[in-house]
Amino acid sequence: MISLQNVRKWLDERLDWDDLIAPLREKAVPLHRLSHWYFLGGITLFLFAIQVLTGILLLLYYRPGANEAFESVQYIMTQVQFGWLIRSIHSWSANLMIFCAFAHMFSVLFLKAYRKPRELTWVSGVILLFLVMGFGFSGYLLPWNTLAFFATKVGTDIAGQVPGIGKPIMIFLRGGEEVTGATLTRFFGFHVAVLPGLMTLLVFVHLLLVQRTGISVPPKLEIEWKANPNAKREMKFFPNFLLRELIAWYVALGVLGVLAAIFPWNLGTKADPFSSAPAGIKPEWYFLFMFQTLKLIPAKVWFIDGEVVGVLLFAAIGMLWLLLPFFESDDPSRTKRWITGLTVFALAYVAGMSLYGHLAK
Amino acid sequence: MHWRPNNCGRAPSEPWRKRRQAEAVLAAELLPTGTATATSVVFYFVVFLLFLAPPSYAQTKDSCLDCHSALPDPLGVSREKFGHDIHKQTGLTCSSCHGGDPTNDDPDKAMSRQAGWKGKIDRKQVPALCGRCHSDPSFMRQFNPTLRTDQLSQYETSVHGKRLANGDTKVAICTDCHSVHDLRVPSDPASTVSPLNVANTCARCHADPNHMSGYKIPTNQFAEYNKSVHFQALVVRGDMSAPTCPTCHGNHAATPPGVASVTNVCSTCHVFQAQLFDSSPHKEPFASAGLPGCVTCHGNHGIVHPTDAFIGTGSEAVCIQCHTEGDIGYTIAAKIKQQLVQLETAIGGAEQILDSAERSGMEVSDAKLDLAQAKDALIKARVTIHGFNLNRVQADIKPGLESAAKDYDAGQKALAERNYRRIGLGVSLVAIALVLVGLRMYIKQIEG
Repeated sequence: MISLQNVRKWLDERLDWDDLIAPLREKAVPLHRLSHWYFLGGITLFLFAIQVLTGILLLLYYRPGANEAFESVQYIMTQVQFGWLIRSIHSWSANLMIFCAFAHMFSVLFLKAYRKPRELTWVSGVILLFLVMGFGFSGYLLPWNTLAFFATKVGTDIAGQVPGIGKPIMIFLRGGEEVTGATLTRFFGFHVAVLPGLMTLLVFVHLLLVQRTGISVPPKLEIEWKANPNAKREMKFFPNFLLRELIAWYVALGVLGVLAAIFPWNLGTKADPFSSAPAGIKPEWYFLFMFQTLKLIPAKVWFIDGEVVGVLLFAAIGMLWLLLPFFESDDPSRTKRWITGLTVFALAYVAGMSLYGHLAK
Repeated sequence: MHWRPNNCGRAPSEPWRKRRQAEAVLAAELLPTGTATATSVVFYFVVFLLFLAPPSYAQTKDSCLDCHSALPDPLGVSREKFGHDIHKQTGLTCSSCHGGDPTNDDPDKAMSRQAGWKGKIDRKQVPALCGRCHSDPSFMRQFNPTLRTDQLSQYETSVHGKRLANGDTKVAICTDCHSVHDLRVPSDPASTVSPLNVANTCARCHADPNHMSGYKIPTNQFAEYNKSVHFQALVVRGDMSAPTCPTCHGNHAATPPGVASVTNVCSTCHVFQAQLFDSSPHKEPFASAGLPGCVTCHGNHGIVHPTDAFIGTGSEAVCIQCHTEGDIGYTIAAKIKQQLVQLETAIGGAEQILDSAERSGMEVSDAKLDLAQAKDALIKARVTIHGFNLNRVQADIKPGLESAAKDYDAGQKALAERNYRRIGLGVSLVAIALVLVGLRMYIKQIEG
């Protein structure tokens, strides 16, 4: 009879398995009162895995195209065995993944984990966040319902505001001047091929960097532990931390199950390009803070269109955000307080503006 | 010999051409010679700007407006007011209707009989004066080839026209409805005869008890109309095809529809109801009793949205105005009502259960779409009742009941599926909880 031990021995003989997983055995996770924030990256990764799995299942039935997309999703929701569950989990998991990615980013900022030598980990993480939002934007259109259609129209219109390159970007995204079936097939391509490819590559790089540079501790603790190495407390990544991470994943799975069963993701009504946009059309919650900001900017700022100013402002902020670690001090005892202040402001702004956008008519 | 208004048909390009010529002459006479100087550059620039400036038609001399625009009412006519007038916009002037010589600054000469001045047009003469142009197809063709030219002849057949011919000058003439000096086309929302305004225009006389005293007709039509389903459609919902006064009474040939023609008037919109009524057992008795078809049950100016309470034997039912318990009509009315109630109840039940399923997040859009068939059947049956034939009503109700039953079933299945999902969720959560407990215990075990 083949036992687990035999399989392991068989693998070890051929792949030197023990050597392969040795770094995992040696890997340690710092233990302190803020250690639970370390779970967020793992939960985001778990939700991404759920996305890949449920996405593949949806692909078996989904048909891109203005005449078929809505009907195929309707078919998945009503006729396919557990199709409703797979689609609802895919939608809820996408939202939870974006939420966790944001939470992970802010936790990294507050714990100052982006500091030297982890600048590249931060850069890869921020790009991953942009990709996740790209997933959200492209996936939102795929059911080809009214809200998705007009949200995409508004979203691509905003992209078209970038001076010079905006119009070509908009036409590239839409596959023409307007949002049509060509946009749908294009977004489908981005959603199931381009973005997953880039994401997988970057996730791999991100994890490799985490593995290479180890897990960061807050600067205060770093100084403390450097001064008194005996005070340092750690937990083995494998299996101790991983088992705890598994608990977090199971909890996430339970939450997903509850959301999918009690609040199945709504399908809406089929998009009609010839109808007028529904009143108060809004993007998904994770774009709401930007959307609401653009709405609040006056039509003209000096002689420039307000929307153009807003788009350029967000592009500049995105770029600065990406390069934030390079403004930080190398010395843990002299970390920049203004970055912490900026983080508090950014979190308050994103949360406040999102809430305002949600409540605004 | 036909009278023709001044300036009618003048090509508007004429003054512009003259202006261009004048500019060319000016340029030729004043053009600087020799080397280009700063002054000459400015000069060319000014000429260039003049050329670019939008053409404004040369104002023809109009001494009428020079004075009357400064006079108070009733003699005053402001340039702004007259500027909105369609006649002014197509080139007519005061003298086109009133005669006189607008080129003369001397009021005595401008408004002299020698100059053809007619003064205030007598009310009795107004329709004929308007008709001089508006009854001439070859003349009106120049301005609007699709415009009808039978307004005057129609007017002469109207109650207004007949009374005017008999010397009653209180009745409406062209200018009473279309306004005067700021007359706009009916498609202009500010026109007194645009669909949204025409009822108010009619009401100026017809809702005025003083004005209407002596005519022995009520003055509550406008108040009634404002409560009607037609008013709601036109003014509240903005449905410009909804009827207003002239839709039923005619405009230039305005007259109350007679008892015999009421159904024909209503049938211009309500085609099927009228056809069914014509083939119904009510057609003959109504005609014999001198009852106007549609109006007997629905009323006229104050037609409210009909409900199912109109039919049957209830206190609001119109059937019991004529039918009494025991007669065949009474029995059929009760059965028709019962059919309608049955389908409406079935639709309500299906709708309720589908809404409940939808609120639970179930995808029931197909069933909801199917329910539209049952609703269509109910709408069709509500039209069919105008034939007062029980079998035909039943034939419409039956597929509706079948459809509603199918959709109710779909709603029940959706709710059963929702419960199944929730049980499945409960089982899954228990399994997850067990795994979590197991993991916790395992961690405790390995960490001693």
